[in-house]
Amino acid sequence: MEKIKTPDTKKLLKKAGKGAYGKEALISYGIVIIGYILLKLGAATGIIGFNLQGQFVPICVYVSLAISLNLVVGISGELSLGHAGFMAVGAFTGIIAARMTEGVFASGNTRLFVAVIVGAIFAAIAGFIIGIPILGLRGDYLAIVTLAFGEIVRNFMNVLYFAKDENGLRFAFNHTIPGIDNSQRIITGAIGATSVQKTASFEAGIILVLFTLFVVLNLKNSKHGRGIMAVRDNRIAGESIGIDVKKYKLMAFVVSAALAGMAGAVFGQNYSTLAPIKFNFNTSVLVLVFVVLGGIGNIWGGMIAAALLTVLPEALRQFADYRMLTYAIVLIVVMICTYNPKIRARFSMLIDKVNPFKRKGDQAVTEGGGSDE
Amino acid sequence: MGFINSLISGLSLGSVYAIIALGYTMVYGISKMLNFAHGDVIMVGGYISFCMTMYIGMPGWAALLVAMAVCTLLGILIERLAYRPLRGTGSLAVLITAIGVSYFLQNTALLIWGANPRVFTSLFKGISTMHAADGKLTITPESLFTIVACVIIMIALTLFVNKTKAGKAMRAVSEDNGAAQLMGINVNQSISLTFAIGSGLAAVAGVLMCSAYPVLMPTTGAMPGIKAFTAAVFGGIGSIPGAMVGGLILGVIEIFARAYISTELSDAIVFACLIIVLLVKPTGLFGKKISEKV
Repeated sequence: MEKIKTPDTKKLLKKAGKGAYGKEALISYGIVIIGYILLKLGAATGIIGFNLQGQFVPICVYVSLAISLNLVVGISGELSLGHAGFMAVGAFTGIIAARMTEGVFASGNTRLFVAVIVGAIFAAIAGFIIGIPILGLRGDYLAIVTLAFGEIVRNFMNVLYFAKDENGLRFAFNHTIPGIDNSQRIITGAIGATSVQKTASFEAGIILVLFTLFVVLNLKNSKHGRGIMAVRDNRIAGESIGIDVKKYKLMAFVVSAALAGMAGAVFGQNYSTLAPIKFNFNTSVLVLVFVVLGGIGNIWGGMIAAALLTVLPEALRQFADYRMLTYAIVLIVVMICTYNPKIRARFSMLIDKVNPFKRKGDQAVTEGGGSDE
Repeated sequence: MGFINSLISGLSLGSVYAIIALGYTMVYGISKMLNFAHGDVIMVGGYISFCMTMYIGMPGWAALLVAMAVCTLLGILIERLAYRPLRGTGSLAVLITAIGVSYFLQNTALLIWGANPRVFTSLFKGISTMHAADGKLTITPESLFTIVACVIIMIALTLFVNKTKAGKAMRAVSEDNGAAQLMGINVNQSISLTFAIGSGLAAVAGVLMCSAYPVLMPTTGAMPGIKAFTAAVFGGIGSIPGAMVGGLILGVIEIFARAYISTELSDAIVFACLIIVLLVKPTGLFGKKISEKV
């Protein structure tokens, strides 16, 4: 994938971890493409109902959010509780950009593309701004700053008013814009974006997932990615061999934010109305659940968890009122079963008996568990 | 006088945050986990107290005691069933489980009590509001008793942690889990005790909060929980005086932001203050600096 230029002190970083890329990338891209074909087939043959078909774009969005959050939580090793904030920035700037270019681009796909680019840029800027104070913080203090950021974004969205009339774009804080009729409104405070023209499609979602995967996997397996992981594993040791800790932390954070902004933009173009409450703390947590449940740092584990858990509430619809309760219990039980050392040992014994292709140690979980102690 | 009125209601709200933050900070200190279900224990406390007064006709103080007892048991149960199997597996796994517990509590409450907001009768409804300075200064019994309760809890907890044997054991466990065990301290018991105290305090906070802001819903505890968590970090997570001071400051900032800047943006201002404080003091106001060894 890359050339080694001159043999200098950073040679180690460049060489380490080679060879793993091909397999992981192949599996990840494969999962996405097979998933796409299966879902398309299911929709065509009518196995997948109308309700679930409506979930296709959100599934893609959440899968790519899980991948981008994995860059921060798994690869950079920092807990982020504000991923929905970046998603919100991407969604709302994307919606505004799409509305602004309505007269310029006739094609919905072009407007979606513009929305995604604008969303990514603004989310990256937000990531950069919030990334700077974060650099001096450790562990749970960092987590709370990301949480605070997510809440601040949502709070601002609640008082933000945007509209477009013949004079151009108008915006206000805290009060409605006078002399504007409904069709000219873009964002109306706590009600959020209204009368958005839906331009997102399942195909666009799949391209989003593939692009996110491409960026994260390439970053992970580049010199920079190994720098990021070196800092995660041991900050001081990394610093002492000349790795720029702040640069790498910020890099992971900003790239992750930009990718979340892209996902947010696609999400925003999938609904005719979108309220800021959609991007609250629970959404950030939801994405974190995908990452942890899929195995921290394990990219395709997170993807599968995201897809399954997005569908699960739909699938549990037959339980009606008990739906979210069942979801909560499933979450607790799965967490205990996958992370409890005793139960894990019993599981791996069972798997060893059944599975003829034994793997040497399960990396995904030891990575997550070990680094915090 | 508007300023002093705001200050009093700020201190009162801050006292509620402080009491909740104590639960966060103690649990964090002893088991190094962020217990996101803590906010929902507040909600359970509120509902239990509501039911006791509404359906059984208990007096307010008795309902408070019942709520405390139920929440204490609930805290112990949550720790035993959900967190203990994951002890020592890293904070992220426990964090997600805590979130699962939080969803569980919210949705159980939704099933039992429904989504409609219930109006909570104040614990102090018989006591009239006090006026001073020609009626310009208003002190509601809710704010007065909340502040008093906060001070009492603070003193009692400090004495308990520093003077009693169980308190010393708790401190030892939070200092070094393994060493404490080797010295013959029952670690499990200490952790259970911490959860019990934290959850009992959450019930008190829930009743006090619902007395001042009498709307009770399954999601009532979520936002105060997040704010109290912020307060705990503000003061330096793991530190008991830190949680107290952090809670009070946060409450005052929130009320002042609401009164003088913007109601809608008050949360944003609170969180922005937190970020600024952490920029200056990366481990919070009372946090210990941890030096790393290579």
